[in-house]
Amino acid sequence: MSTTTVKTTAPEDGGPRARTPSAPRTRRRGENSLAGSLASHAILVVASLVALFPIAWLLFLSLGPDKDDYLHPGRIFGKMTFANYSYVLQETPFFDWLVSTLVVSLGTTVIGVLIAATTGYAVSRMRFPGYRKFMWVLLVTQMFPVAVLMVPMYEILSELKLIDSYLGLILVYCSTAVPYCAWLLKGYFDTIPFEIDEAGRVDGLTPFGTFARLILPLAKPGLAVAAFYSFITAFGEVAFASTFMLSDTKYTFAVGLQSFVSEHDAQRNLMAATAVLVAIPVSAFFYLVQKNLVTGLTAGGTKG
Amino acid sequence: MTVAIDRATGKRRGEPGGRPGRLTRLRQSYQRYWYAYAMIAPVVVVLGVLVLYPLARGFYLTLTNANSLNSARTIGVNRIEATYEFIGFDNYADILWGPTAYDRFWSHFVWTIVWTALCVALHYVIGLGLALLLNQKLRGRTFYRLILVLPWAVPTFVTVFGWRFMLADGGVINAALEALHLPAPLWLEDTFWQRFAAIMVNTWCGVPFMMVSLLGGLQSIDSSLYEAAEMDGASAWQRFRYVTLPGLRSVSSTVVLLGVIWTFNQFAVIFLLFGDTAPEAQILVTWAYYLGFGQQPRDFAQSAAYGILLLAILIVFTSFYRRWLNRDEQQLAI
Repeated sequence: MSTTTVKTTAPEDGGPRARTPSAPRTRRRGENSLAGSLASHAILVVASLVALFPIAWLLFLSLGPDKDDYLHPGRIFGKMTFANYSYVLQETPFFDWLVSTLVVSLGTTVIGVLIAATTGYAVSRMRFPGYRKFMWVLLVTQMFPVAVLMVPMYEILSELKLIDSYLGLILVYCSTAVPYCAWLLKGYFDTIPFEIDEAGRVDGLTPFGTFARLILPLAKPGLAVAAFYSFITAFGEVAFASTFMLSDTKYTFAVGLQSFVSEHDAQRNLMAATAVLVAIPVSAFFYLVQKNLVTGLTAGGTKG
Repeated sequence: MTVAIDRATGKRRGEPGGRPGRLTRLRQSYQRYWYAYAMIAPVVVVLGVLVLYPLARGFYLTLTNANSLNSARTIGVNRIEATYEFIGFDNYADILWGPTAYDRFWSHFVWTIVWTALCVALHYVIGLGLALLLNQKLRGRTFYRLILVLPWAVPTFVTVFGWRFMLADGGVINAALEALHLPAPLWLEDTFWQRFAAIMVNTWCGVPFMMVSLLGGLQSIDSSLYEAAEMDGASAWQRFRYVTLPGLRSVSSTVVLLGVIWTFNQFAVIFLLFGDTAPEAQILVTWAYYLGFGQQPRDFAQSAAYGILLLAILIVFTSFYRRWLNRDEQQLAI
């Protein structure tokens, strides 16, 4: 079992390797190919449409200039415009939100990965007394509902005058990002052959030296995955961000987007445009790293 | 988690075959532990400061009657000290068997369980189905895969707003239903349809992760197993039942556990879809948030007590889940 999972975790070689042996053996699949593959295609096309539609719809609505256009999408065709986009970019705190989102997400990412790296290595390579308990704690912190830490964090941060500050939000996010990164990185370190450590040891390196000089350079893809995960987690977090950030120039996107809809007014056209502006770079980035993402997460999972 | 210790690697490094003398081994192990503790120290410190201390404090709050009127706060330049009192386990008693316990806790509890079970089941079944389809030799499957991952690639808070446009009364979904002469439900107002919509949106958001993980699992199954099964005359269903499913078990057990934890704690979908407008469709997490931050006066103590209860539910679930997997001699990786 563990050998097969190792293959999946090594980026990009899992798929082809596992598939190639079955390629020449098309006899059985060839038999029902026509009806079978037609059905497969049909299902996949429907599924793709379902997956695509809400996003495409958002994109479409963002081109309608009036705030109630989402109720009469037919009318948008006659008057498509990028006015919403220019309005959002020029007249709203869009760039303030961009700055705060980036500050908070990148801050969380950097702190999370920096702190978690050595721990991931230690739990991957060493079986120290207390190991099981420590792993259990790491797992339990993955399942903290927002409600558990929210109230005490709110109290603590207001005592420290950190409500409505980037640092406060970063600290809150680190409470989930750090164990998360440690967990992911452990999975990745597990896939690096132990012989490398042994070789380093034989050459007289300390465990720290082995880690810093041999393992860390090899683990760059894993570090990238952990970084990206903590980035998107912080990026998309809603509950803490909407409670702890008070001034509208410090909103993250997750909060700022809600502010278009107030009790009196709902500027849904602007909201759609902002949503698109946020979604496009993130999704583009996601596609660049998606292969590694999945293997990274299941590596952390399946290999524990 | 248990597996990790049984894995060959642990043994290999932990017990170097008994070759060196006992004293050397002791010294070596001391050195190794020292390094290990030094390496985990940063995380231990962070967890202690950012998780355990707030948790302990939160637990203390649950034993008080703290709310936003009697907590320490600053108004202008005046600092008002906290005046809440210690009331023992009254909050828990009130939540679990107080006069309106059913309306506040148990109804949400039941709905949360239903929500979690339905969502994870849908995620898993749809995800597995799509993964099986994508695992065949099929023209354009890379393309399908890219599109099907889309719901995962776009931040949840963005897609949920997209869904809100579509589900609104007069939105595209109801327009389509009316065009087909079907009844158009009030997705965002009627309790049943709110729940339906919430499950639908969350399923949409969660399937890609399952699909991609299970696809990874499928590709790691040794194809010679299928050949052998075919030689023995196994039908397609038998191959699925006796080769594919067992081959997926370790991935499945992990993603199902993650799915349960994530769905149980899913805040963004319900919060952004309904805001405060759907008291009956709130799951426990959003309900706890509402108690602590969505109403006036804010009931900090009860909100924290809900949080502790939720955590307890998840810990109990996870312990049983692991034990159940281990009893089946299946090692849960986490």
